[in-house]
Amino acid sequence: MWQRLRLRTPGKHQAVRVETRHRARLRRSPWLLVLCIPLALFLLLPLCAILLRASFPLLLSTLQQHEVLQAVTLSLVTASITTALTIVLGTPIAQLLAKHTFRGRTLLETLIEAPMVLPPAVAGVGLLLAFGRRGIWGSYLDALGVSLAFTQAAVVMAQLFVAAPFYVKSAVGGFLEIDQELEQAAALDGASSWQVFRYVTVPLALPALLGGAIMTWARALGEFGATILFAGNLPGRTQTMPLAIYMGFELELNVALTLALILLACSFSVLAITKGLLKLDVGR
Amino acid sequence: MRVSARHCWLWLALLLLSGCVVPVGPARSNAATRQHETILTVFAAASLTEAFGEIGKQFQVTSGTEVRFNFAGSQQLARQLAQGAPADVFASASIKEMADVIKAGVIVPGSEQVFAQNRLVVIFPSDNPGNIASLQDLARPGVKLDLAAEQVPAGQYSQQVLAKMAADAEFGTDFKANVNRNIVSFEENVKVVVTKVSLGEADAGIVYRSDITAAVKHQLGTLDIPEQYNQLAAYPIAPTKQPPAGAELAQRFVDYVVSAEGQAILERYNFETDVQR
Repeated sequence: MWQRLRLRTPGKHQAVRVETRHRARLRRSPWLLVLCIPLALFLLLPLCAILLRASFPLLLSTLQQHEVLQAVTLSLVTASITTALTIVLGTPIAQLLAKHTFRGRTLLETLIEAPMVLPPAVAGVGLLLAFGRRGIWGSYLDALGVSLAFTQAAVVMAQLFVAAPFYVKSAVGGFLEIDQELEQAAALDGASSWQVFRYVTVPLALPALLGGAIMTWARALGEFGATILFAGNLPGRTQTMPLAIYMGFELELNVALTLALILLACSFSVLAITKGLLKLDVGR
Repeated sequence: MRVSARHCWLWLALLLLSGCVVPVGPARSNAATRQHETILTVFAAASLTEAFGEIGKQFQVTSGTEVRFNFAGSQQLARQLAQGAPADVFASASIKEMADVIKAGVIVPGSEQVFAQNRLVVIFPSDNPGNIASLQDLARPGVKLDLAAEQVPAGQYSQQVLAKMAADAEFGTDFKANVNRNIVSFEENVKVVVTKVSLGEADAGIVYRSDITAAVKHQLGTLDIPEQYNQLAAYPIAPTKQPPAGAELAQRFVDYVVSAEGQAILERYNFETDVQR
Protein backbone atom coordinates (compact mmCIF):
# COMPACT_ATOMS: atom_id res chain seq x y z
CA MET A 1 0.00 0.00 0.00
CA TRP A 2 2.76 2.42 0.82
CA GLN A 3 3.96 2.02 -2.72
CA ARG A 4 0.65 3.32 -3.94
CA LEU A 5 0.85 6.21 -1.57
CA ARG A 6 4.23 7.06 -2.89
CA LEU A 7 3.15 6.77 -6.49
CA ARG A 8 0.87 9.66 -5.88
CA THR A 9 3.87 11.97 -5.51
CA PRO A 10 3.52 13.57 -8.97
CA GLY A 11 0.48 15.54 -7.85
CA LYS A 12 -2.90 15.99 -9.38
CA HIS A 13 -2.12 17.01 -12.97
CA GLN A 14 0.24 14.19 -13.60
CA ALA A 15 -2.02 11.73 -11.85
CA VAL A 16 -4.92 12.67 -14.08
CA ARG A 17 -2.76 12.39 -17.15
CA VAL A 18 -1.60 8.94 -16.14
CA GLU A 19 -5.18 7.86 -15.72
CA THR A 20 -6.35 9.02 -19.16
CA ARG A 21 -3.33 7.53 -20.81
CA HIS A 22 -4.14 4.16 -19.24
CA ARG A 23 -7.69 4.26 -20.47
CA ALA A 24 -6.70 5.11 -23.98
CA ARG A 25 -4.28 2.24 -24.08
CA LEU A 26 -6.66 -0.35 -22.72
CA ARG A 27 -8.92 -0.22 -25.76
CA ARG A 28 -6.03 -1.03 -27.99
CA SER A 29 -4.69 -3.92 -25.97
CA PRO A 30 -7.28 -6.67 -25.66
CA TRP A 31 -4.53 -9.17 -24.92
CA LEU A 32 -3.58 -7.34 -21.82
CA LEU A 33 -7.11 -7.69 -20.55
CA VAL A 34 -7.17 -11.39 -21.34
CA LEU A 35 -3.89 -11.92 -19.53
CA CYS A 36 -5.31 -10.18 -16.48
CA ILE A 37 -8.24 -12.54 -16.14
CA PRO A 38 -6.57 -15.62 -14.52
CA LEU A 39 -5.12 -13.83 -11.51
CA ALA A 40 -8.15 -11.61 -11.05
CA LEU A 41 -10.41 -14.65 -11.07
CA PHE A 42 -8.11 -16.53 -8.76
CA LEU A 43 -8.26 -13.72 -6.23
CA LEU A 44 -11.98 -13.29 -6.61
CA LEU A 45 -13.22 -16.86 -6.34
CA PRO A 46 -12.26 -17.67 -2.71
CA LEU A 47 -13.85 -14.42 -1.55
CA CYS A 48 -16.98 -15.25 -3.53
CA ALA A 49 -17.04 -18.70 -1.95
CA ILE A 50 -17.13 -17.17 1.55
CA LEU A 51 -19.88 -14.77 0.52
CA LEU A 52 -21.90 -17.53 -1.14
CA ARG A 53 -21.65 -19.91 1.81
CA ALA A 54 -22.61 -17.32 4.40
CA SER A 55 -26.09 -16.06 4.97
CA PHE A 56 -27.32 -13.07 6.91
CA PRO A 57 -29.42 -15.01 9.49
CA LEU A 58 -26.44 -17.30 10.10
CA LEU A 59 -24.24 -14.27 10.61
CA LEU A 60 -26.63 -12.82 13.16
CA SER A 61 -27.09 -16.04 15.12
CA THR A 62 -23.35 -16.79 15.23
CA LEU A 63 -22.57 -13.25 16.28
CA GLN A 64 -24.68 -13.77 19.38
CA GLN A 65 -22.37 -16.54 20.57
CA HIS A 66 -20.37 -15.39 23.51
CA GLU A 67 -17.00 -16.56 22.22
CA VAL A 68 -17.52 -15.00 18.81
CA LEU A 69 -18.42 -11.64 20.31
CA GLN A 70 -15.40 -11.87 22.60
CA ALA A 71 -13.12 -12.49 19.65
CA VAL A 72 -14.58 -9.58 17.68
CA THR A 73 -14.30 -7.18 20.61
CA LEU A 74 -10.80 -8.31 21.51
CA SER A 75 -9.64 -7.90 17.91
CA LEU A 76 -11.12 -4.43 17.51
CA VAL A 77 -9.70 -3.23 20.84
CA THR A 78 -6.20 -4.65 20.43
CA ALA A 79 -5.90 -3.53 16.78
CA SER A 80 -6.88 -0.01 17.83
CA ILE A 81 -4.37 0.06 20.68
CA THR A 82 -1.72 -1.23 18.29
CA THR A 83 -2.54 1.53 15.81
CA ALA A 84 -2.35 4.23 18.48
CA LEU A 85 0.99 2.87 19.69
CA THR A 86 2.26 2.72 16.12
CA ILE A 87 1.40 6.37 15.53
CA VAL A 88 3.12 7.47 18.73
CA LEU A 89 6.23 5.33 18.27
CA GLY A 90 6.38 5.28 14.47
CA THR A 91 5.97 8.94 13.58
CA PRO A 92 9.37 10.02 14.96
CA ILE A 93 11.07 7.26 13.00
CA ALA A 94 9.20 8.26 9.84
CA GLN A 95 10.25 11.89 10.33
CA LEU A 96 13.85 10.81 10.93
CA LEU A 97 13.92 8.68 7.79
CA ALA A 98 12.24 11.33 5.65
CA LYS A 99 14.16 14.39 6.72
CA HIS A 100 17.62 13.28 7.73
CA THR A 101 20.57 11.51 6.28
CA PHE A 102 22.70 9.71 8.80
CA ARG A 103 24.93 6.73 9.20
CA GLY A 104 22.90 3.56 9.51
CA ARG A 105 19.90 5.02 7.75
CA THR A 106 19.62 2.09 5.34
CA LEU A 107 19.93 -0.28 8.27
CA LEU A 108 17.05 1.39 10.09
CA GLU A 109 14.99 1.43 6.92
CA THR A 110 15.59 -2.28 6.38
CA LEU A 111 14.74 -3.01 10.00
CA ILE A 112 11.43 -1.21 9.63
CA GLU A 113 10.62 -3.02 6.39
CA ALA A 114 11.72 -6.50 7.48
CA PRO A 115 8.50 -7.49 9.28
CA MET A 116 6.57 -6.87 6.05
CA VAL A 117 8.36 -9.73 4.32
CA LEU A 118 9.06 -11.93 7.36
CA PRO A 119 6.63 -14.77 8.03
CA PRO A 120 4.67 -13.78 11.17
CA ALA A 121 5.63 -17.12 12.71
CA VAL A 122 9.22 -15.87 12.80
CA ALA A 123 8.02 -12.81 14.64
CA GLY A 124 6.20 -15.06 17.12
CA VAL A 125 9.24 -17.21 17.82
CA GLY A 126 11.41 -14.12 18.15
CA LEU A 127 9.01 -12.40 20.52
CA LEU A 128 8.72 -15.53 22.66
CA LEU A 129 12.49 -15.97 22.87
CA ALA A 130 13.03 -12.28 23.61
CA PHE A 131 10.12 -11.35 25.86
CA GLY A 132 8.82 -14.73 27.08
CA ARG A 133 9.21 -15.54 30.73
CA ARG A 134 12.50 -17.33 30.06
CA GLY A 135 13.33 -15.04 27.17
CA ILE A 136 16.60 -13.12 26.96
CA TRP A 137 15.00 -9.86 28.12
CA GLY A 138 11.75 -11.32 29.35
CA SER A 139 13.54 -12.99 32.26
CA TYR A 140 14.46 -9.55 33.65
CA LEU A 141 10.84 -8.45 33.29
CA ASP A 142 9.78 -11.63 35.04
CA ALA A 143 12.06 -10.77 37.94
CA LEU A 144 10.19 -7.48 38.19
CA GLY A 145 6.93 -9.38 38.28
CA VAL A 146 5.93 -8.56 34.71
CA SER A 147 4.96 -11.55 32.60
CA LEU A 148 4.03 -10.83 29.00
CA ALA A 149 3.41 -14.17 27.28
CA PHE A 150 -0.25 -15.26 27.23
CA THR A 151 -1.52 -11.73 27.94
CA GLN A 152 -3.32 -9.10 25.91
CA ALA A 153 -0.13 -7.08 26.00
CA ALA A 154 1.42 -9.96 24.06
CA VAL A 155 -1.39 -9.74 21.50
CA VAL A 156 -0.65 -6.05 21.00
CA MET A 157 3.10 -6.69 20.80
CA ALA A 158 2.61 -9.33 18.12
CA GLN A 159 0.41 -6.97 16.15
CA LEU A 160 2.78 -4.06 16.61
CA PHE A 161 5.68 -6.10 15.26
CA VAL A 162 3.98 -7.11 12.04
CA ALA A 163 1.73 -4.09 11.44
CA ALA A 164 3.78 -1.01 12.39
CA PRO A 165 5.84 -0.96 9.16
CA PHE A 166 2.75 -0.19 7.09
CA TYR A 167 2.22 3.09 8.90
CA VAL A 168 5.89 4.05 9.02
CA LYS A 169 6.39 3.42 5.30
CA SER A 170 3.32 5.42 4.43
CA ALA A 171 4.31 8.27 6.76
CA VAL A 172 7.83 8.44 5.28
CA GLY A 173 6.24 8.73 1.83
CA GLY A 174 3.91 11.44 3.06
CA PHE A 175 6.70 13.46 4.71
CA LEU A 176 8.95 13.18 1.66
CA GLU A 177 6.22 14.56 -0.55
CA ILE A 178 5.90 17.85 1.29
CA ASP A 179 7.40 20.86 -0.42
CA GLN A 180 10.32 21.66 1.88
CA GLU A 181 10.00 25.37 1.13
CA LEU A 182 6.74 25.46 3.05
CA GLU A 183 8.43 24.11 6.16
CA GLN A 184 11.40 26.42 5.68
CA ALA A 185 9.09 29.42 5.30
CA ALA A 186 7.34 28.56 8.52
CA ALA A 187 10.67 28.20 10.29
CA LEU A 188 11.82 31.56 8.91
CA ASP A 189 8.68 33.15 10.31
CA GLY A 190 9.77 31.99 13.73
CA ALA A 191 7.95 28.70 14.16
CA SER A 192 9.72 26.21 16.41
CA SER A 193 10.54 22.81 14.92
CA TRP A 194 7.62 21.33 16.85
CA GLN A 195 5.29 24.02 15.52
CA VAL A 196 6.49 23.41 11.96
CA PHE A 197 5.85 19.72 12.42
CA ARG A 198 2.48 20.20 14.10
CA TYR A 199 1.02 22.94 11.89
CA VAL A 200 2.74 22.38 8.53
CA THR A 201 4.14 18.88 8.17
CA VAL A 202 1.35 16.85 9.76
CA PRO A 203 -1.58 18.62 8.03
CA LEU A 204 0.12 18.32 4.64
CA ALA A 205 0.95 14.65 5.15
CA LEU A 206 -2.35 13.83 6.81
CA PRO A 207 -3.83 11.64 4.06
CA ALA A 208 -0.66 9.53 3.98
CA LEU A 209 -0.62 9.31 7.78
CA LEU A 210 -4.26 8.32 7.96
CA GLY A 211 -3.93 5.86 5.10
CA GLY A 212 -0.94 4.26 6.78
CA ALA A 213 -2.68 4.11 10.14
CA ILE A 214 -5.69 2.39 8.59
CA MET A 215 -3.48 -0.14 6.82
CA THR A 216 -1.72 -0.84 10.11
CA TRP A 217 -5.06 -1.28 11.83
CA ALA A 218 -6.21 -3.73 9.17
CA ARG A 219 -2.98 -5.70 9.29
CA ALA A 220 -3.16 -5.84 13.08
CA LEU A 221 -6.75 -7.08 12.85
CA GLY A 222 -5.63 -9.96 10.64
CA GLU A 223 -2.54 -10.93 12.67
CA PHE A 224 -2.38 -14.68 13.30
CA GLY A 225 1.01 -16.37 13.30
CA ALA A 226 2.84 -14.25 15.83
CA THR A 227 -0.22 -14.04 18.06
CA ILE A 228 -0.86 -17.78 18.39
CA LEU A 229 2.83 -18.40 19.18
CA PHE A 230 3.49 -15.54 21.57
CA ALA A 231 0.11 -14.70 23.08
CA GLY A 232 -1.48 -18.14 22.96
CA ASN A 233 -5.10 -18.91 22.33
CA LEU A 234 -7.52 -18.33 25.18
CA PRO A 235 -11.09 -17.26 24.37
CA GLY A 236 -11.84 -13.88 25.89
CA ARG A 237 -8.23 -13.08 26.67
CA THR A 238 -5.98 -13.68 23.70
CA GLN A 239 -8.18 -15.36 21.10
CA THR A 240 -8.55 -12.77 18.33
CA MET A 241 -10.73 -13.18 15.26
CA PRO A 242 -8.12 -14.89 13.08
CA LEU A 243 -7.37 -17.38 15.86
CA ALA A 244 -11.07 -18.04 16.35
CA ILE A 245 -11.38 -18.63 12.60
CA TYR A 246 -8.55 -21.16 12.74
CA MET A 247 -9.91 -22.99 15.79
CA GLY A 248 -13.50 -22.62 14.59
CA PHE A 249 -12.58 -24.18 11.28
CA GLU A 250 -11.88 -27.38 13.17
CA LEU A 251 -14.88 -27.33 15.45
CA GLU A 252 -17.61 -25.22 13.97
CA LEU A 253 -17.41 -23.99 10.41
CA ASN A 254 -20.15 -21.39 10.99
CA VAL A 255 -18.00 -19.50 13.45
CA ALA A 256 -15.09 -19.49 11.03
CA LEU A 257 -17.38 -18.38 8.24
CA THR A 258 -18.96 -15.53 10.20
CA LEU A 259 -15.65 -14.18 11.41
CA ALA A 260 -14.15 -14.54 7.94
CA LEU A 261 -17.01 -12.46 6.61
CA ILE A 262 -16.43 -9.74 9.21
CA LEU A 263 -12.71 -9.60 8.41
CA LEU A 264 -13.51 -9.55 4.70
CA ALA A 265 -15.85 -6.60 5.20
CA CYS A 266 -13.18 -4.85 7.30
CA SER A 267 -10.50 -5.34 4.64
CA PHE A 268 -12.70 -4.04 1.88
CA SER A 269 -13.83 -0.98 3.82
CA VAL A 270 -10.24 -0.26 4.78
CA LEU A 271 -9.12 -0.36 1.16
CA ALA A 272 -12.09 1.73 0.10
CA ILE A 273 -11.31 4.32 2.77
CA THR A 274 -7.62 4.52 1.92
CA LYS A 275 -8.43 4.85 -1.76
CA GLY A 276 -10.92 7.56 -0.87
CA LEU A 277 -8.21 9.36 1.11
CA LEU A 278 -5.91 9.14 -1.88
CA LYS A 279 -8.49 10.67 -4.17
CA LEU A 280 -9.09 13.40 -1.64
CA ASP A 281 -5.41 14.11 -1.66
CA VAL A 282 -5.05 14.06 -5.44
CA GLY A 283 -8.10 16.24 -5.88
CA ARG A 284 -6.81 18.88 -3.49
CA MET B 1 -16.69 -2.48 -34.20
CA ARG B 2 -16.37 -1.93 -30.49
CA VAL B 3 -18.99 -4.56 -29.75
CA SER B 4 -17.33 -7.20 -31.84
CA ALA B 5 -13.98 -6.35 -30.30
CA ARG B 6 -15.46 -6.85 -26.88
CA HIS B 7 -16.85 -10.21 -27.91
CA CYS B 8 -13.51 -11.07 -29.34
CA TRP B 9 -11.93 -10.60 -25.90
CA LEU B 10 -14.58 -12.66 -24.28
CA TRP B 11 -14.00 -15.55 -26.64
CA LEU B 12 -10.28 -15.22 -26.25
CA ALA B 13 -10.67 -15.28 -22.52
CA LEU B 14 -12.83 -18.37 -22.65
CA LEU B 15 -10.43 -20.03 -25.02
CA LEU B 16 -7.51 -19.29 -22.79
CA LEU B 17 -9.31 -20.51 -19.72
CA SER B 18 -10.47 -23.73 -21.35
CA GLY B 19 -6.96 -24.12 -22.66
CA CYS B 20 -5.74 -23.87 -19.11
CA VAL B 21 -8.22 -26.33 -17.77
CA VAL B 22 -8.28 -29.13 -20.31
CA PRO B 23 -4.69 -30.33 -20.38
CA VAL B 24 -4.39 -30.22 -16.61
CA GLY B 25 -6.50 -33.32 -16.00
CA PRO B 26 -4.48 -36.05 -17.72
CA ALA B 27 -1.13 -34.37 -17.06
CA ARG B 28 -1.84 -34.31 -13.36
CA SER B 29 -2.97 -37.88 -13.06
CA ASN B 30 0.06 -39.01 -15.04
CA ALA B 31 2.35 -37.26 -12.65
CA ALA B 32 0.34 -38.64 -9.77
CA THR B 33 0.63 -42.29 -10.77
CA ARG B 34 4.29 -41.93 -11.52
CA GLN B 35 4.92 -40.35 -8.15
CA HIS B 36 2.80 -42.70 -6.14
CA GLU B 37 4.65 -45.77 -7.28
CA THR B 38 7.34 -44.89 -4.81
CA ILE B 39 5.79 -42.61 -2.19
CA LEU B 40 3.30 -43.53 0.48
CA THR B 41 1.41 -40.68 2.15
CA VAL B 42 0.43 -41.15 5.78
CA PHE B 43 -1.74 -38.71 7.72
CA ALA B 44 -0.90 -39.19 11.38
CA ALA B 45 -1.78 -37.52 14.70
CA ALA B 46 0.76 -34.98 15.94
CA SER B 47 1.48 -37.15 19.00
CA LEU B 48 2.81 -39.86 16.65
CA THR B 49 5.47 -37.56 15.15
CA GLU B 50 8.56 -39.25 16.62
CA ALA B 51 7.33 -42.85 16.70
CA PHE B 52 5.97 -42.80 13.15
CA GLY B 53 9.04 -40.96 11.92
CA GLU B 54 11.04 -43.99 13.09
CA ILE B 55 8.49 -46.46 11.74
CA GLY B 56 8.57 -44.67 8.38
CA LYS B 57 12.35 -45.02 8.23
CA GLN B 58 12.24 -48.72 9.06
CA PHE B 59 9.39 -49.32 6.61
CA GLN B 60 11.42 -47.69 3.87
CA VAL B 61 14.35 -49.97 4.66
CA THR B 62 12.25 -53.15 4.53
CA SER B 63 9.92 -52.23 1.65
CA GLY B 64 11.91 -49.73 -0.39
CA THR B 65 8.96 -47.35 -0.33
CA GLU B 66 9.43 -43.78 0.79
CA VAL B 67 6.86 -42.67 3.37
CA ARG B 68 5.75 -39.07 3.63
CA PHE B 69 3.91 -37.94 6.74
CA ASN B 70 1.44 -35.20 7.37
CA PHE B 71 1.51 -34.73 11.14
CA ALA B 72 -1.17 -32.49 12.64
CA GLY B 73 -4.01 -32.52 15.13
CA SER B 74 -6.25 -35.51 14.34
CA GLN B 75 -9.24 -33.23 13.93
CA GLN B 76 -7.42 -31.17 11.32
CA LEU B 77 -6.37 -34.31 9.45
CA ALA B 78 -9.92 -35.66 9.58
CA ARG B 79 -11.19 -32.49 8.01
CA GLN B 80 -8.50 -32.51 5.34
CA LEU B 81 -9.35 -36.13 4.47
CA ALA B 82 -13.07 -35.40 4.33
CA GLN B 83 -12.29 -32.56 1.93
CA GLY B 84 -10.51 -35.00 -0.36
CA ALA B 85 -6.85 -34.61 0.59
CA PRO B 86 -4.90 -37.49 -1.01
CA ALA B 87 -3.64 -39.93 1.62
CA ASP B 88 -2.96 -43.65 1.75
CA VAL B 89 -3.19 -44.25 5.49
CA PHE B 90 -4.81 -42.39 8.39
CA ALA B 91 -3.62 -42.86 11.97
CA SER B 92 -5.75 -40.97 14.47
CA ALA B 93 -5.27 -40.19 18.16
CA SER B 94 -8.92 -40.84 18.81
CA ILE B 95 -11.72 -43.19 17.77
CA LYS B 96 -13.96 -40.16 17.20
CA GLU B 97 -11.87 -38.63 14.43
CA MET B 98 -11.55 -42.03 12.72
CA ALA B 99 -15.34 -42.35 12.88
CA ASP B 100 -15.72 -38.92 11.29
CA VAL B 101 -13.51 -39.95 8.39
CA ILE B 102 -15.41 -43.23 7.98
CA LYS B 103 -18.66 -41.27 7.97
CA ALA B 104 -17.23 -39.01 5.26
CA GLY B 105 -16.76 -42.12 3.12
CA VAL B 106 -12.98 -41.92 2.94
CA ILE B 107 -12.33 -45.13 4.89
CA VAL B 108 -14.22 -48.42 4.68
CA PRO B 109 -16.04 -49.19 7.96
CA GLY B 110 -14.39 -52.11 9.76
CA SER B 111 -11.01 -51.67 8.12
CA GLU B 112 -9.71 -49.69 11.11
CA GLN B 113 -7.86 -51.24 14.02
CA VAL B 114 -6.45 -49.91 17.27
CA PHE B 115 -2.65 -50.13 17.14
CA ALA B 116 -1.58 -48.29 20.28
CA GLN B 117 -2.76 -46.63 23.42
CA ASN B 118 -1.54 -43.61 25.25
CA ARG B 119 -2.01 -42.10 28.66
CA LEU B 120 -1.99 -38.53 29.82
CA VAL B 121 0.61 -37.06 32.11
CA VAL B 122 1.17 -33.67 33.72
CA ILE B 123 4.41 -31.98 32.68
CA PHE B 124 6.25 -28.99 34.11
CA PRO B 125 9.57 -27.26 33.32
CA SER B 126 12.44 -29.11 35.00
CA ASP B 127 13.14 -26.23 37.42
CA ASN B 128 9.45 -26.27 38.31
CA PRO B 129 8.66 -22.53 38.60
CA GLY B 130 5.05 -23.30 39.55
CA ASN B 131 6.05 -25.75 42.33
CA ILE B 132 3.90 -28.52 40.92
CA ALA B 133 4.17 -31.41 43.35
CA SER B 134 0.68 -32.87 43.23
CA LEU B 135 -2.35 -32.79 40.96
CA GLN B 136 -4.03 -30.45 43.43
CA ASP B 137 -1.36 -27.86 42.61
CA LEU B 138 -2.90 -27.39 39.18
CA ALA B 139 -5.67 -25.44 40.90
CA ARG B 140 -3.38 -23.23 42.98
CA PRO B 141 -3.94 -19.56 42.04
CA GLY B 142 -1.26 -18.16 39.73
CA VAL B 143 -0.19 -21.45 38.18
CA LYS B 144 -0.02 -21.11 34.39
CA LEU B 145 -1.62 -24.16 32.86
CA ASP B 146 -1.31 -24.83 29.13
CA LEU B 147 -3.71 -27.31 27.51
CA ALA B 148 -4.41 -28.67 24.06
CA ALA B 149 -7.56 -27.19 22.56
CA GLU B 150 -10.78 -29.15 22.85
CA GLN B 151 -10.75 -29.45 19.07
CA VAL B 152 -7.93 -32.00 19.24
CA PRO B 153 -8.15 -35.39 21.01
CA ALA B 154 -5.49 -34.53 23.59
CA GLY B 155 -7.59 -31.52 24.59
CA GLN B 156 -10.74 -33.60 24.91
CA TYR B 157 -8.92 -36.19 27.03
CA SER B 158 -7.42 -33.44 29.20
CA GLN B 159 -10.87 -32.03 29.89
CA GLN B 160 -12.15 -35.52 30.79
CA VAL B 161 -9.25 -36.06 33.16
CA LEU B 162 -9.85 -32.70 34.85
CA ALA B 163 -13.55 -33.47 35.10
CA LYS B 164 -12.82 -36.79 36.80
CA MET B 165 -10.56 -35.09 39.33
CA ALA B 166 -13.16 -32.39 39.93
CA ALA B 167 -15.76 -35.07 40.63
CA ASP B 168 -13.55 -36.47 43.40
CA ALA B 169 -14.24 -34.83 46.76
CA GLU B 170 -10.53 -35.08 47.54
CA PHE B 171 -9.84 -32.24 45.10
CA GLY B 172 -12.31 -29.86 46.70
CA THR B 173 -15.45 -28.33 45.28
CA ASP B 174 -13.90 -25.42 43.42
CA PHE B 175 -11.11 -27.43 41.76
CA LYS B 176 -12.62 -27.11 38.30
CA ALA B 177 -13.24 -23.36 38.57
CA ASN B 178 -9.73 -22.73 39.90
CA VAL B 179 -8.13 -24.86 37.18
CA ASN B 180 -10.11 -23.03 34.51
CA ARG B 181 -8.85 -19.73 35.85
CA ASN B 182 -5.28 -20.99 35.55
CA ILE B 183 -5.50 -21.98 31.88
CA VAL B 184 -3.40 -19.56 29.84
CA SER B 185 -3.89 -21.03 26.38
CA PHE B 186 -5.59 -23.74 24.33
CA GLU B 187 -3.03 -24.93 21.81
CA GLU B 188 -3.84 -26.14 18.32
CA ASN B 189 -2.03 -29.42 18.91
CA VAL B 190 -0.47 -31.25 21.82
CA LYS B 191 3.12 -30.71 20.66
CA VAL B 192 2.74 -26.96 21.15
CA VAL B 193 1.92 -27.62 24.82
CA VAL B 194 5.16 -29.62 25.14
CA THR B 195 7.15 -26.78 23.54
CA LYS B 196 5.65 -24.01 25.64
CA VAL B 197 6.14 -25.91 28.88
CA SER B 198 9.68 -26.98 28.01
CA LEU B 199 10.48 -23.35 27.17
CA GLY B 200 9.27 -22.49 30.65
CA GLU B 201 6.54 -20.17 29.43
CA ALA B 202 3.86 -22.22 31.16
CA ASP B 203 4.11 -23.78 34.63
CA ALA B 204 2.32 -26.99 33.71
CA GLY B 205 0.61 -28.76 30.87
CA ILE B 206 -1.25 -31.98 30.18
CA VAL B 207 0.14 -34.09 27.35
CA TYR B 208 0.50 -37.72 26.32
CA ARG B 209 3.12 -39.87 28.01
CA SER B 210 4.58 -40.48 24.54
CA ASP B 211 5.26 -36.76 24.18
CA ILE B 212 8.08 -37.00 26.73
CA THR B 213 10.63 -37.75 24.01
CA ALA B 214 14.38 -37.94 24.30
CA ALA B 215 14.64 -34.44 22.85
CA VAL B 216 12.66 -32.78 25.65
CA LYS B 217 13.11 -35.28 28.49
CA HIS B 218 15.73 -33.20 30.29
CA GLN B 219 13.71 -30.01 30.12
CA LEU B 220 10.62 -31.53 31.67
CA GLY B 221 9.45 -32.95 34.95
CA THR B 222 6.43 -35.23 34.99
CA LEU B 223 3.62 -36.03 37.35
CA ASP B 224 1.70 -39.23 36.75
CA ILE B 225 -2.05 -39.11 36.65
CA PRO B 226 -3.42 -42.08 38.65
CA GLU B 227 -5.44 -44.73 36.87
CA GLN B 228 -8.80 -43.66 38.26
CA TYR B 229 -8.53 -40.19 36.73
CA ASN B 230 -6.55 -41.03 33.62
CA GLN B 231 -7.99 -41.35 30.18
CA LEU B 232 -6.81 -44.07 27.86
CA ALA B 233 -6.36 -42.71 24.36
CA ALA B 234 -6.86 -45.35 21.68
CA TYR B 235 -5.09 -44.87 18.35
CA PRO B 236 -6.87 -46.41 15.35
CA ILE B 237 -5.23 -46.83 11.95
CA ALA B 238 -6.72 -47.68 8.54
CA PRO B 239 -5.90 -47.49 4.85
CA THR B 240 -8.08 -45.11 2.88
CA LYS B 241 -10.71 -46.43 0.50
CA GLN B 242 -8.79 -45.41 -2.60
CA PRO B 243 -5.13 -45.03 -1.68
CA PRO B 244 -3.22 -43.13 -4.43
CA ALA B 245 -0.23 -45.43 -3.80
CA GLY B 246 -2.35 -48.56 -4.13
CA ALA B 247 -4.35 -50.61 -1.66
CA GLU B 248 -1.67 -53.25 -1.33
CA LEU B 249 1.06 -50.82 -0.29
CA ALA B 250 -1.22 -48.97 2.12
CA GLN B 251 -2.18 -52.26 3.79
CA ARG B 252 1.48 -53.24 4.01
CA PHE B 253 2.21 -50.10 5.99
CA VAL B 254 -0.70 -50.78 8.35
CA ASP B 255 0.51 -54.35 8.76
CA TYR B 256 3.99 -53.08 9.57
CA VAL B 257 2.65 -50.77 12.28
CA VAL B 258 0.81 -53.65 14.01
CA SER B 259 3.68 -56.11 13.48
CA ALA B 260 5.96 -56.99 16.39
CA GLU B 261 8.61 -54.71 14.89
CA GLY B 262 6.28 -51.72 14.59
CA GLN B 263 4.86 -52.28 18.05
CA ALA B 264 8.35 -52.42 19.55
CA ILE B 265 9.11 -49.01 18.07
CA LEU B 266 5.87 -47.60 19.49
CA GLU B 267 6.73 -48.98 22.92
CA ARG B 268 10.14 -47.34 22.75
CA TYR B 269 8.29 -44.05 22.32
CA ASN B 270 6.15 -44.65 25.45
CA PHE B 271 3.03 -45.90 23.74
CA GLU B 272 1.18 -48.87 25.22
CA THR B 273 0.71 -51.66 22.76
CA ASP B 274 -0.76 -54.61 24.64
CA VAL B 275 -3.94 -54.08 22.73
CA GLN B 276 -6.41 -56.81 21.98
CA ARG B 277 -6.80 -56.99 18.25
